[in-house]
Amino acid sequence: MSEYNFAYLDEQTKRMIRRAILKGLAVPGYQVPFASREMPMPYGWGTGGVQVSAATLTPEDTFKVIDQGADDTTNAVSIRKFFENTADVETTEETEKATVIQTRHRIPEAKLTEDQILVYQVPIPEPLRFLEPRETETRKMHSLEEYGLMHVKLYEDISQHGAISTSYAYPVKVSDRYVMDPSPIPKFDNPKLEMDAIQLFGAGREQRIYAVPPHTKVVSLDFEDYPFEATKADHPCDLCGAEDSYLDEVIMDDAGNRMFVCSDTDYCRSRRAAGHVGRLAEEGAA
Amino acid sequence: MTPLLQVKRIEKRYGARIGCADVSFDLYPGEVMGIVGESGSGKSTLLNCLAGHLEPDAGQIIFDTRADGPVDTVTMSEPERRMLGRTDWAFVHQHARDGLRMSVSAGGNIGERLMAVGDCHYGDIRDKAIDWLDRVEIDEGRVDDRPTAFSGGMQQRLQIARNLVTGPRLVFMDEPTGGLDVSVQARLLDLLRGLVREMGLSAIIVTHDLAVVRLLADRLMVMKDGRVVEAGLTDQVLDDPQHAYTQLLVSSVLQV
Repeated sequence: MSEYNFAYLDEQTKRMIRRAILKGLAVPGYQVPFASREMPMPYGWGTGGVQVSAATLTPEDTFKVIDQGADDTTNAVSIRKFFENTADVETTEETEKATVIQTRHRIPEAKLTEDQILVYQVPIPEPLRFLEPRETETRKMHSLEEYGLMHVKLYEDISQHGAISTSYAYPVKVSDRYVMDPSPIPKFDNPKLEMDAIQLFGAGREQRIYAVPPHTKVVSLDFEDYPFEATKADHPCDLCGAEDSYLDEVIMDDAGNRMFVCSDTDYCRSRRAAGHVGRLAEEGAA
Repeated sequence: MTPLLQVKRIEKRYGARIGCADVSFDLYPGEVMGIVGESGSGKSTLLNCLAGHLEPDAGQIIFDTRADGPVDTVTMSEPERRMLGRTDWAFVHQHARDGLRMSVSAGGNIGERLMAVGDCHYGDIRDKAIDWLDRVEIDEGRVDDRPTAFSGGMQQRLQIARNLVTGPRLVFMDEPTGGLDVSVQARLLDLLRGLVREMGLSAIIVTHDLAVVRLLADRLMVMKDGRVVEAGLTDQVLDDPQHAYTQLLVSSVLQV
């Protein structure tokens, strides 16, 4: 254990963040401003998520970090180490064992339970930002529930591409009130936003926290004649054979060979441990 | 008949200076009112007060709403006022860039107001957008082009289409023909006159171009230093100006 206060942040800061989290849970989808602290990592690397995790963790928690579904990428490894050092909490790569999961741009494939908290890293919390650059105006639009502009974006998608081409950070309406950016998760994950676990969203640079309480209605925006579709690569996982998980495409060589693998590494690993085998798994082992 | 809009002693000050003061008039359904005056006479201030963009310091603006009859828009809640701004009112800016979303296609621009009032059927929205492009004489093949690719006159017509798509009853226009060359102006005026008559719109047009009001407006108000100096039927005011300033204004028009 290092000389840091538990989970790096001082107690006053954690109280301030917890107040923002509680407010966010009380008003699902509403972006609560908070006094984001400078963290020992650059903006864009999850400073918001880390602060929310720090305020949420208790010494008894088991912590898991994923980056695009993977436990073993730089971002995930360094944030996990950060809390191992500063909070001395148990860490795990297994989704079921974790009590707090910090995620960048994915929701784990395994169904989360009421005992778990999912913390998202959010780059830009404002779903209307690219259509309306003025913060004063977007706040007013949220408070007056003027969300026509969000559909303009989807309209533009269809008119240009023939279908809603927004494939990540797909806007949702939470509890029939606030339109929310679910962070850049693939729209494949959108239906999972209605879950049993608590979902907290932290944006460090933009200084916003918002939340979706368990069992809250979350609807992806769409048109009557162009309904929302959760899409993924039309392929089974080449390592574990899963047909229901979100896949990453990996280019193998310059001759057009490629493979599709689960982006959720823990899900893929546990399936392989249970004996599921994909198209390329045996060659890979050999 | 109930007036569509009753303006009672509207006043707007910028500190000690007067923006506009003591302006009162009634506007009846289907009527077009022109407001003329030199720059700095308070025309635009008045228009922005009427349209809810500025908060007047005194006075009442009573609009005959569809649901609740005459309501004072100055004291009504902001969501209600903004709702009016999206449905029953339209505002045509002098510069089309102020009234359009330049990074959104023409169809999206027209559809925005429809989507803002809860329309969420893509096919319907697109059909209406194409219909309106046709009505403002823009080729329907340009529905997916951005306004940045349009000429000034087309942008202005697109702005008009975008505003009229929800079937408003009152249109505010701030120098709708400013900055356009004369032949484009003439076509735009033709178009506006057609739409106003066809849809039975009421309109308030602010301009410094007397020819525009001669063509479009039924009634005319002349403003100077924030106050109305003369008001009456357009032809009457232009042909027989009573106030010294109106006489000056009418005599300053260049004859071709």
